[in-house]
Amino acid sequence: MSATEHLLYTEDESELRSGIRDLLTERVTLAALLARIETNEPYDPKLWRVLTEQIGAAGLAVDETHGGSGASWRETAVVMEELGRSVAPTPFLGSAVLATAALRAVHAGALLADLAGGRRSASLAVSFASVPGARLRYPVRADGDTLTGTVTSVVDAGAADVLVVAAEAAGGPVLYAVEADQPGVERRPVVSLDLTRPLTDIVFTGAIGTALARGEQAEAACATALTTGAALLASEQLGIAEYCLESTVAYMKTRHQFGRPVGSFQGPKHRLAALWVSIAQVRAVARYAAACVAADDPDTAVAVAVAQAHCSEIAVRAAEECVQLHGGIGFTWEHHPHLYLKRAKADALAFGTPDRHRAILARLVDLPA
Amino acid sequence: MLTANELDDRVGEFITAHRDTDDALGYLRARFDAGLAWVHYPVGLGGLGAPRALQPAVDARFTAAGAPSNDPGRIGIGLGMAAPTVLAYGTEEQRERWLRPLWTGEEVWCQLFSEPGAGSDLAALGTRAIRDGDEWVVDGQKVWTSMAHEARWAILVTRTHPELPKHRGMTYFVCDMTAPGVEVRPLRQATGEAEFNEVFLTGVRIPDAHRLGEVGDGWSVARTTLMNERVAIGGGAAPREGGMIGIVADTWRERPELRTAGLHDRLLRLWVEAEAARLTSARLRLQLAAGEPGPEGSAAKLAFARLNQDISGLELDLLAEEGLRHDEWTMRRPASVDFTTRSPGYRYLRAKGNSIEGGTSEILLNVVAERVLGLPAEPRVDKDAAWKDLPR
Repeated sequence: MSATEHLLYTEDESELRSGIRDLLTERVTLAALLARIETNEPYDPKLWRVLTEQIGAAGLAVDETHGGSGASWRETAVVMEELGRSVAPTPFLGSAVLATAALRAVHAGALLADLAGGRRSASLAVSFASVPGARLRYPVRADGDTLTGTVTSVVDAGAADVLVVAAEAAGGPVLYAVEADQPGVERRPVVSLDLTRPLTDIVFTGAIGTALARGEQAEAACATALTTGAALLASEQLGIAEYCLESTVAYMKTRHQFGRPVGSFQGPKHRLAALWVSIAQVRAVARYAAACVAADDPDTAVAVAVAQAHCSEIAVRAAEECVQLHGGIGFTWEHHPHLYLKRAKADALAFGTPDRHRAILARLVDLPA
Repeated sequence: MLTANELDDRVGEFITAHRDTDDALGYLRARFDAGLAWVHYPVGLGGLGAPRALQPAVDARFTAAGAPSNDPGRIGIGLGMAAPTVLAYGTEEQRERWLRPLWTGEEVWCQLFSEPGAGSDLAALGTRAIRDGDEWVVDGQKVWTSMAHEARWAILVTRTHPELPKHRGMTYFVCDMTAPGVEVRPLRQATGEAEFNEVFLTGVRIPDAHRLGEVGDGWSVARTTLMNERVAIGGGAAPREGGMIGIVADTWRERPELRTAGLHDRLLRLWVEAEAARLTSARLRLQLAAGEPGPEGSAAKLAFARLNQDISGLELDLLAEEGLRHDEWTMRRPASVDFTTRSPGYRYLRAKGNSIEGGTSEILLNVVAERVLGLPAEPRVDKDAAWKDLPR
């Protein structure tokens, strides 16, 4: 069945969503977010435990023999939507999407099971700006199983127990699992545009890794991970855009100027209605991308490029409208719009900008410059 | 309740039983009488009281069998707007008189709603109907009337109580387009064609038996009509590059000499938007099939209007000198819009109508803002004033 038949949400997905939303509404309040983002512990460990151990969110795309629930990336995408809605500070993208996708591809059973069950977390050591479909670069060298080199702007590496690293060795690329807590690994926190998802530079100076796969298999695992990450990021962008629209609409119903709710003026009203139209498209595009990666559909590359070209721009527009239409308070630290603006803009730069994805599409669908 | 399988069996039996007929009208009448016209209509009125979601499969089966068609493109207003209103408000006699020839295509219907002074603000309309015994005498002017030149009947909204606020003083009729005093003039558009008409009503006499709904309740009846205006969406998902974007993409591939960097960027942006709109329609179809119709229908109309305009504008920019040359300005009277075989200039001009016809984009944005997002309406000065006192 074609992926265009899987654009709705199943009952199971709606149930999953409602459980996660309840949890996030309780744990990820604005006050809690603001209190956390400038500390040394940007992620909420308790939230992560409930999400992984109780709800099993990290194991949705992992089969049952490896401790997962044997669902798929489509269900995982629903989790991403909810995490985006709340700009939740969790290492879900790095661990449950990127690292999990890479480990699935190389059948790294034991580690996969640890991630699925929430016993450990991991991160894929690549720049967050890496573009799926582009030629992979290997800033880390492997000599035997000893790693040297620096990877910049890695997502969710600060809290990771394990780093999944693709390194260049004499015989071609090798994918390693590297214990993060060892003398040869230095993690330098990056002052990041998105405070709810801080990045890390990782310096390897003779770190010891365990080889998981070599050559083409290692390369393909990284490519799959980036493609999956980019596909599911579109669902996060959907969640961001939805919350920006809803919170702005709610504010505009209560805020009065000139003796009437500002939401009754046609100027802002039309912008919000047009945004709603665009978000309906984002939903379809994001669901299609998730359905494609879930089924390893031959159309995946096009679906992901379309999703990243389209959803990035709409999510950023939604966040920008959220700031602007909240007026003065939209520009303050104590209200939520800036957190969503930072997340939306960072997501647009992540895994390739819309412009790069349009360039990729030009190649994929034969519309050359 | 009839299941999909039982229905399919009935369709199969009908097709087999009528295999050898060459009387197209007889076939359509028999199909109506068998309840296989619109299966969600009541028994005796062309339906079987079945779920509406079963209709696409019925139509597909008749089409596949090469059965005579009622040419839905030609009778779209009757099928989509008049019929649901007659069904909802008509008396037993009215339903039996009008629905069968409407569905078979024997009688074409048109819609006498908009007026020169009442476009987006339809409830401001001023075509007067005055009672005279068992009849009403109607005077006024209607506009944007598709198919009026072929129509036998019209659905007509009139002003019967000018002293009441505008929404409360209207009455809804079915008007005989062959009656004395009905004059239809073609209304030529920017494309040179005349898809629409102006209709002048001068002393037209309509029997009270042709009234739909109560006197003064025309707005409720009109709302029923307008809620059914949305085009029925059936069949499978459209293919990628299926619409206007495919024409431009092919030109781009075949004519490297036309390419510039700026056009390339615009083309890719619109390609992505067209694909997003395609997937959105595919999702909407699934929602409708699953019985969860959403407000995304208005979203789709807004998106397609802008997309058609942007793509056709890009096509002219891409073609440059060829874009300066047009195919023809002949005044034709087409029954449907042809976005593929005419010249690019035609597409560019016709697409301008997409954001005006069937509700302007501005009004649709208001509808989305107020009914979907729940934003408050603008303050109104016309709601409680008598219609006759409104500035116009």
